[in-house]
Amino acid sequence: MLECMSSTLAPAARWRSRALKLAEAATTPLVPADFLDLFAPMRPGAELRGRVESIHPETPDAATLVIRPGADWSGHVPGQYVRVGVDVDGVRCWRAYSLTHGPRADGRISITVKAVPDGQVSPFLVRHTRPGTLLHLEQAAGEFVLPVPGPGESGGPDEHDRRMKLLFVTAGSGITPVIGMLRNLYPSTDTGVLHLPRSAAYDIVVLHVAPSAPDSIFAADLRGLESAGVIRLVARYDDEHGVLDLADLDALVPDLAERTTFACGPGGLLDAVAAHHEGRGLPLFTEQFRVTALVAGEGGTVSFDRAGVTVDCDGGRPILEQAEDAGVLMPSGCRMGICYQCVLPMREGVVRDLRTGELTTAVPGETAVGGVRIQTCINAAAGPCHLDH
Amino acid sequence: MTTIQKKPGIGQTNPIAHLTAEDLELIAKELDDIRQSVIDTRGERDARYIRRVIRTQRSIELGSRVVLLASLFPPAWVVGTAGLSIAKILENMEIGHNILHGQWDWMRDPKIHSTTWEWDSATPAAQWKHAHNELHHNFTNVIGKDNDLGYGIMRVDEDQAWHPMHLGQVGLNFLNALFFEYGIAAYDLEFRGAIARGKLKDPKFRREFKAVRAKIRRQVTKDYVVHPALSVLTGSFLSTMAANFTANTVRNLWSHSVIMCGHFPEGVQTFEKRSIDGETKPEWYVRQMLGSANISGSKLMHIMTGNLSHQIEHHLFPDLPSNRYGEIAPKVQDLFARYGLDYCARPLPQQVYSAWHKVVRLSLPNGWLDQTNARNLPAQLKRLYQMSTGGPKVRRALQARISQEQRRSLVEAA
Ligand SMILES: Cc1cc2nc3c(=O)[nH]c(=O)nc-3n(C[C@H](O)[C@H](O)[C@H](O)COP(=O)(O)OP(=O)(O)OC[C@H]3O[C@@H](n4cnc5c(N)ncnc54)[C@H](O)[C@@H]3O)c2cc1C
Ligand code: FES
Repeated sequence: MLECMSSTLAPAARWRSRALKLAEAATTPLVPADFLDLFAPMRPGAELRGRVESIHPETPDAATLVIRPGADWSGHVPGQYVRVGVDVDGVRCWRAYSLTHGPRADGRISITVKAVPDGQVSPFLVRHTRPGTLLHLEQAAGEFVLPVPGPGESGGPDEHDRRMKLLFVTAGSGITPVIGMLRNLYPSTDTGVLHLPRSAAYDIVVLHVAPSAPDSIFAADLRGLESAGVIRLVARYDDEHGVLDLADLDALVPDLAERTTFACGPGGLLDAVAAHHEGRGLPLFTEQFRVTALVAGEGGTVSFDRAGVTVDCDGGRPILEQAEDAGVLMPSGCRMGICYQCVLPMREGVVRDLRTGELTTAVPGETAVGGVRIQTCINAAAGPCHLDH
Repeated sequence: MTTIQKKPGIGQTNPIAHLTAEDLELIAKELDDIRQSVIDTRGERDARYIRRVIRTQRSIELGSRVVLLASLFPPAWVVGTAGLSIAKILENMEIGHNILHGQWDWMRDPKIHSTTWEWDSATPAAQWKHAHNELHHNFTNVIGKDNDLGYGIMRVDEDQAWHPMHLGQVGLNFLNALFFEYGIAAYDLEFRGAIARGKLKDPKFRREFKAVRAKIRRQVTKDYVVHPALSVLTGSFLSTMAANFTANTVRNLWSHSVIMCGHFPEGVQTFEKRSIDGETKPEWYVRQMLGSANISGSKLMHIMTGNLSHQIEHHLFPDLPSNRYGEIAPKVQDLFARYGLDYCARPLPQQVYSAWHKVVRLSLPNGWLDQTNARNLPAQLKRLYQMSTGGPKVRRALQARISQEQRRSLVEAA
């Protein structure tokens, strides 16, 4: 049987690869995809793209984009994010956005973007994308996902006691990955929120922090889930309740000690939650949306030896951004120091970590032959540097 | 023509003698401002432009290749060949040349970037970038340094001593035009120099030679094997081959003409090698201004020349998006006028004629062509024969006589 399979498959595969070679020979120096992209940019085998289908305002400065991803989209787990490449004023920019729906029956994905004042990409996505806009995508990524209950943890008569107890702490647009998880667990339909068997295993409290109720994305969704009785919601609005003090956490969430915390939002809150939980020895998973502290240094020239370009970098901004501004094609991912997609070998030079001020040096002859690998998204030049790129 | 520095010596005026150091600074400042104004407004409109040109080019190429599958039928051959010629011209000129200059790098689109682009030409992009962007654009019109002037195979200036072999340069230039992409490949490889210096075994040369060979193999396979083979079903193997050869030749002739127009017509200045030692930015700018010539014409003409019809603007700002050259041209021209400089712009036929006329003139001893008329033709031909067959002494003596006669007739005319 196996033999028979391989003997029928092999010629097919061989023909395929021959046809591909022929197509390449016919299109060189371009590739067949360059021509196919004219007609079918979303076909299988194409670079991953997505077409914006609709845009739904959420608050005055946030909107949800519903996107039809290309044929090769391989799905996601709620809580994960997708990197989106968008041409802002003609310049390709990549940013990460959490997926705000669980896998949908219609195969669409959605992201919810809050326009950051002075932001390069987010205001563009919120205000200037139109249905039909083609975006570049990467496959979903990220570890900020719900733990799957192990066998024995759900089902059975004493199910209620064995439910997995979680606390979500979300600030501002940090609600986005969490809403993705909640919508997946508790789909909301015309007839109300569905109670699915697989969701019975979770006991969820959401502590949502935002400057004010009208600014708060998904506030209505959260209230809907609360009134359906599937989550407990603790909403704290700075203008109503004052700025959240983590010392009050026990009062807000009395069974805190039994819960595993998932926190998502800007760096300040995450740092505070991390310090609090570490002090108490409580389990914590976080997802950060932007780099916290910036420590400016002296700057220097950065030479991209293979591209043959030298960029004059100041010490206050990451090498990544300044090299991109100078037209160098740079690899990047989260752009905030967590994914390591932006790493390049430094053969010689000194860079400063913008978060900690820590210096990394490479001296030819002393450091490894391949150079020291540095993250360009969170390091700034602190002297002349040579990168192998 | 004579280098700008030697002009006063033969009684001509140096076209920049009237400019003070201060003027040069002011010119440079204005040019910097023009450049900045484009950079400040570079954006979505420009990105749309280049994407549209690329899309159009690919559609035309694809359409033409499909039509050529039935190239046995004469109408299909004509339409397909015309389309493919246009596609190849667009690909080399407005798209390839300009992307490889880094004009579109600011878009950060990895598919439209000088470090990733490869073009439909015999010479690999990497080698061309070195020879063209680094050498030609830096040493523009500096005799002995800028080999784009005559590609090192022609006599390009009256100051270069005439030799009988220069009689062949008209034919040579025509051959170079027909097979221009291979001429460029050989030139980028510094093939002649490598032979002359016995460097054929040099590892760098060998590596580059291999790259060129591989590129040519792919190019030739595509145009003369794969596409003809795909046309075999309609019995169009040979006719498709002929169509592709024609399109390549049309593209070669066209790009050769455009490029000759850029630096070769009368009125374009050349410069002494020594004059660029310690050259300042303002001096560099002025050399670019006077060392280039424009082609005037319609929008279509500009696109088909890859906006090298705005050669002056291109040489001043090689990395600005090509669609902007036309927009800044009036400002640049105005600057020329205000500083009493000659903005060399004429329609294509005139520039092509002027450039070829110069090739012919320089293939002959200095002054020979000007001094020859129907009456003295036999005598002049005899002289030419003597100069071509005689030794250096004969050549010098006869040259002196021709030059003397030329001076006398100039004085009489005055
Ligand atoms: C894993 C991950 C998931 C993310 N998910 C989402 C999401 O679901 N929804 C969403 O809106 N954003 C999300 N972000 C943030 C997003 O990727 C961008 O950083 C954000 O949209 C700002 O981009 P920008 O180009 O507009 O701002 P930039 O031009 O990059 O920054 C401009 C200024 O705004 C500041 N700034 C940057 N980000 C923020 C912020 N989040 N809050 C306040 N100030 C900021 C910068 O420090 C800078 O001063 C996520 C980030 C990561 C890493
Ligand atoms: S881009 Fe993710 S670590 Fe730098």
